[in-house]
Amino acid sequence: MSQLIQLAANGQASIVADAWIRVVPPAAGEESVRKQAGKVVLFKLTGEQTYTAEQIANTEIPATGKILVPLTIWQARKAELQSRLAAGELGIVLATNETAEALQAEFTDLNTLPLIAVFVERFADGRIFTLGNWLRTRFGFKNELRAIGDVLRDQLFFHKRAGFNSFLIRADRSAEDALASLNDFSQPYQGGVADVPVWRRVNRA
Amino acid sequence: MYKYDPIDQQIVNERVAQYRDQTRRYLAGELTDEEYRPLRLQNGLYIQRHAPMLRIAVPYGLISSKQLRKLGDIAQKYDRGYGHFSTRQNLQLNWPKLEDTPEILAELATVEMHAIQTSGNCIRNITTDQFAGIAPDEIIDPRAIAEIMRQWSTFHPEFALLPRKFKIAVSGTEKDRAIVQAHDIGLEFYKDVQGQMAIKVWVGGGLGRTPILGTVIREHLEWQHVLSYCEAVIRVYNIHGRRDNAYKARIKILVKALGIEEFKRQVEEEWAHLKDGPLTITQNELDRVAKYFEPMPYKTLPAHDASFDAAVASNPAFAAWVKRCVQPHRVPGYRAVTLSLKPHGKAPGDITSEQMHVVADLADAYSFGELRSSHEQNLILADVQVSDLFAVWEKAREAGLATPNIGLLTDIICCPGGDFCSLANAKSIPIAEAIQMQFDNLDYLYEIGDLELNISGCMNACGHHHVGHIGILGVDKDGSEWYQVTVGGKQGNDASIGAVIGPSFSAEEMPGVVQRLIEVYVRERQDEERFIDTVRRLGVAPFKAHVYAEKETA
Ligand code: HEM
Ligand code: SF4
Repeated sequence: MSQLIQLAANGQASIVADAWIRVVPPAAGEESVRKQAGKVVLFKLTGEQTYTAEQIANTEIPATGKILVPLTIWQARKAELQSRLAAGELGIVLATNETAEALQAEFTDLNTLPLIAVFVERFADGRIFTLGNWLRTRFGFKNELRAIGDVLRDQLFFHKRAGFNSFLIRADRSAEDALASLNDFSQPYQGGVADVPVWRRVNRA
Repeated sequence: MYKYDPIDQQIVNERVAQYRDQTRRYLAGELTDEEYRPLRLQNGLYIQRHAPMLRIAVPYGLISSKQLRKLGDIAQKYDRGYGHFSTRQNLQLNWPKLEDTPEILAELATVEMHAIQTSGNCIRNITTDQFAGIAPDEIIDPRAIAEIMRQWSTFHPEFALLPRKFKIAVSGTEKDRAIVQAHDIGLEFYKDVQGQMAIKVWVGGGLGRTPILGTVIREHLEWQHVLSYCEAVIRVYNIHGRRDNAYKARIKILVKALGIEEFKRQVEEEWAHLKDGPLTITQNELDRVAKYFEPMPYKTLPAHDASFDAAVASNPAFAAWVKRCVQPHRVPGYRAVTLSLKPHGKAPGDITSEQMHVVADLADAYSFGELRSSHEQNLILADVQVSDLFAVWEKAREAGLATPNIGLLTDIICCPGGDFCSLANAKSIPIAEAIQMQFDNLDYLYEIGDLELNISGCMNACGHHHVGHIGILGVDKDGSEWYQVTVGGKQGNDASIGAVIGPSFSAEEMPGVVQRLIEVYVRERQDEERFIDTVRRLGVAPFKAHVYAEKETA
């Protein structure tokens, strides 16, 4: 069963097969675990390096198919990926510690990408919402915007309103169950990426 | 006050349904502790020392008699028959059962209440001056904008999981009573040279482990742009606030790290994209909300009431209460009454279910059925006729709600501390009680005059100890409970953070330490000087000298 929920243009949600192959760099060594005051640091700071040069170099890129590639891999290995981009077979993964500007700087038109995914390592990292919002409103991205990583049903309503239109539910959870949470609220107060504040939406007088 | 329309009601109802299902999934083992945590926190539910603790929102401290009765009934049915008003104007229940919380929220929804975002890393309940709308020194009543902001911040899709909690305070008076400078964002409303409602925006204040007073980021903001501007501020914070270390995650740390100029530059850049967009508040929407905050249907009354004057003249106990617990009102013939939740020897801010019912009845009989809670943890009847004050006093006194100590040393602000809170270093309530008993002499209290004493059980500073004229902080030394004392903190327009007087004390020493601080003040004060003025004039040294001199010879 697929873990991928997709919203159709009319807002209808359904579970669909995932046509994309995720390119994941090999794990870094133990020494890369960062600690502060004895505690493991759970979140990378904005602007912090996502993968080491070694990880990037050792990443295997499948020769065929639609591939979803981390921004840092693209930055370092553009030459070998250029043809895939041209073929419409390249999507980019932006991590929540990376910036939308860095992504924008790589592509004159973001809409040459059929898919951008934002990777959230821990669901509690709310940067994903601002990134989604920026990509849609500031950078005019119109194609598929996908939330991946620690994506759980209780955040889906926010993801949706922050501009995401597909959601890869974490492997150990049911995507079927998660569908219900997309409709937790029928008339939210504030605007989202696709709508305006309630007082502009309906007449409350 | 604001009344729900079908949209507001639907949102809280849907919230109850959502939370009910989340709690069901948690109890069924489908959600881990870590996954359930932000969900329950954003519904006000902490897991504490003895039991969960549920924090119910009282938006900007405004509550109706009907709502207060409901809270009383809920405390009776699901808890131990009492609640606790917090320094952020909310009500906390200390002993509910986790399994009952969905039902409690459902009951709250029937009286247009909720516990949404009273905790967690999101925009919290917006607080304000307890005398909003009636204070003689008020320039602008900020409650309509506060309500618009409450709605905007409720389930804000972008700011649901911030690096840390985010607190906003609003104030529209000459004398700040909302501590705008101790908030992540403080909005100070005023009339600009065109006579338009405008806002001075403070950012990066907060107490806690690293107490910092806010800085002005914008002197003049037109009210229409308050949402877009706040959104710009919080967006910069959401992206750049530190998530790697919870102790450095508040916006104040980011503002300090970047410097206000750079922070402001980033905010303005962001704001340029948002300004004049759909977030711009329309006059229509302001008017729609503002109509709920129009002045009450006051009678035309003479400024003086003969029976009241006579009662004050003949009854010293009543006169004492009037002096401390009755506050001015902008309408002639009316006063605000502060019901003290600080009787000597009881936990500050606690109120029983029966008392809630008494207070609700008082509000219905004498104050248009409405009440306010203050960040000093008292309750206020905002619109009482002068001729009714005596009757209100008698009834309040009977219910133990008329201790005439508002603004005095025993009107202590105090967090739940070690008796309830699992983060505590030390107990705080017993210290408050011991100090109240030490000073259980009204004449002496009056002689000491205005004094704010604040107690927190740990550096999270829930009791605002940094801004107490005397601040007491629970510290841990080798596993036992000690107390560090500061003097010279102050809330208000000239807010300041207190200075530590020296090594900490044991619980038993604390009433004596406060006693000695007062002795210095009484010895040194000039004319009408308040305690805080004396501290500001003389500095910490004489206080320190006296407190520790006694300690050495003792
Ligand atoms: C018993 C459960 C409670 C827990 C676990 C708790 C926890 C905390 C923590 C961790 C902080 C520090 C946050 C930070 O600085 O980042 C904090 C701050 C604060 N708490 Fe509590 N608290 C509790 C109860 C209360 C109560 C009962 C009140 C009101 C009387 C209160 C009012 C506040 C206020 C006003 C602050 C803000 C200080 C600031 O501006 O940083 N809390 N709390
Ligand atoms: S100040 Fe510390 S002890 Fe007191 S309630 Fe807050 S976290 Fe608990």
